[in-house]
Amino acid sequence: MTTANPTTEKPTGMRRSFVTPEGVDLQLEIGDASQRAGAFLIDFAIIIAALIGMSILLLLAGMGSHEFGGIEWVGIVWLLIAFVLRSFYFTFFELSAKAATPGKRLMGLRVAARHGGRLEAQAVLVRNAMRELEVFIPISIMASGYSTDTLDAWAYVLTFIWAGIFTFFPLFNKDRLRIGDLVGGTWVVRAPKQALLRDMAQDGARMAQKYSFTDAQLAAYGIKELQVLEQVLRSDDTDTLRSVAQRISAKIGVRYRWDQSDAEFLNAYYLALRGTLESKLLMGQRRADKFDR
Amino acid sequence: MPVNRFETEGQEQLKSVRFRQERELDWSELERLVNTYEKEGVKGLSDEEILAAPILYRSTLSALSVARSTSLDRGVIDYLESLCARGYFFIYGSRSTLFDKLKNFIGGDWAQAVRTIWPETLAAASVLILGITAAFILYGQSVDWFFTFVAPDLASGRDPTATAASLRDTLYHNPEDGNDFSFFATYLFTHNSRVALFAFALGFAFGLPTALVMAYNGASLGMMFAVFASAGLSYEFGGWLTIHGVTELFAICLAGAAGFHIGRKMAFPGNQSRLDAVAKAGLTAGTVMAGVLVMLFIAGLLEGFGRQLITSDVLRYGIGIGTGVVWFAYFYGPRRVKAMAT
Repeated sequence: MTTANPTTEKPTGMRRSFVTPEGVDLQLEIGDASQRAGAFLIDFAIIIAALIGMSILLLLAGMGSHEFGGIEWVGIVWLLIAFVLRSFYFTFFELSAKAATPGKRLMGLRVAARHGGRLEAQAVLVRNAMRELEVFIPISIMASGYSTDTLDAWAYVLTFIWAGIFTFFPLFNKDRLRIGDLVGGTWVVRAPKQALLRDMAQDGARMAQKYSFTDAQLAAYGIKELQVLEQVLRSDDTDTLRSVAQRISAKIGVRYRWDQSDAEFLNAYYLALRGTLESKLLMGQRRADKFDR
Repeated sequence: MPVNRFETEGQEQLKSVRFRQERELDWSELERLVNTYEKEGVKGLSDEEILAAPILYRSTLSALSVARSTSLDRGVIDYLESLCARGYFFIYGSRSTLFDKLKNFIGGDWAQAVRTIWPETLAAASVLILGITAAFILYGQSVDWFFTFVAPDLASGRDPTATAASLRDTLYHNPEDGNDFSFFATYLFTHNSRVALFAFALGFAFGLPTALVMAYNGASLGMMFAVFASAGLSYEFGGWLTIHGVTELFAICLAGAAGFHIGRKMAFPGNQSRLDAVAKAGLTAGTVMAGVLVMLFIAGLLEGFGRQLITSDVLRYGIGIGTGVVWFAYFYGPRRVKAMAT
């Protein structure tokens, strides 16, 4: 059995150690590339939609005002709003309490300072100023097109590769840092809202009296299987419950009576198994899974 | 021997279940506060709630530690991890209001950041001046160079083919006879801001592209100057340029300098790790860039209004040099150490 404390284990996968001043490791999860790209596409779509909507509105307003200078006024407002949208959309939303643009919020992401502490306004400004390099240069290169001249075509390909290095930078480092994150000292972490789910042990308590399990039966599984069982019970899917109940009863050699449902049996076994594993945990023995002895 | 602790011990619950039941109310209270904060900011919370938040946060955090080592209820651990992370960002998030931030920024952070990057500022200014000089020399050799460096939409008729009279006319345009001028000024402001952001962002590639952008912009300015100078209008063009140009060119130099600063720290991080050095340079550069946008906005106002209303060369020079003196005094002038916020 492993005795390691889970809080001192090195986090794996997309989780990163993040120790609060109180000394607790929050083990934040980094937003992965697909979530980041998804968030960006949503924000990009919002910007484009806002630009189009604004253009239509201003055009109508401009046609309405026949006075001298009406069109000029429309042009000024359009330029300013387009500029603000392009350069400060991200900065504006990331400076709010949520530290996330609408796209990031939808994907359950937020911006945070990499070394802990507060997210400074300058850091947000810088991380988004770098989008000039990462997003707008490749787009303007694509928009400019190239002539049929071979030399031009080669120059086009080379600039494209050069721009691509910056754009696809997040794919080449494990923390999925953009150039902007690098310079701003930030990273993007997952901070989804998570509801408190029902404690499955409470259901078990009602049904436990009907069953009794031996020590050997309770030694069949470890924590990993317990938590899979927890998910199965939560899903409350009849077919899954049936097949899991059959597997477990076969393995531990229990026959349950016809008047006892699969859910009752599984709930009771879950409670008993959790009680056993938790009391071992209190003695410092963490049994990771059924192979862990 | 069959074990059934629930028969022998009655309806006694697991310790982890009791642990959860006793604290659940505190958790949901913290969750409510965090939800309110995320929706409405600090102003959505009462004084009592703000005082209660850190206590709730710490007890929830300690509950997370306990739950991780004693509870096998995945639901509770996931919930606490998410709540503690959100609580952390709430408790350790920035508390200062926008007004405080502005006060610190104008009261010292801005000037401090600008002073920090003075070597880079000098370098950026040199590259710009180099561009201007090169343009002059090239223009002397062949007028055609003009079209290489100045985009037609920026030149808007002010090219080598224009007559001296029409060039003079562009310098003293009256708002009455051309209604497109404030549009042009807005266009210039947004254009310049983008050039500034661009020059800054390019600094990341070790500063070289920034130098190119600075030299290119210097060259197009120099070409313009050469056109007017060859028409015998250099004094008048100087006034036309100075009134807003001192602020604008200073701002663009600072943007380039901020880019150089990051490029320099990328190439030579010193004792720190490269990542740390760049992140630290990024904070300084970010402060400078915020200031650059303010300066460009002021330059836009001077250009859009000041230049249209003031057509006297002497006044134009006066205002231009005046703004230069004010900027220099503000950035590099002596100040009380106490006033500096870090």
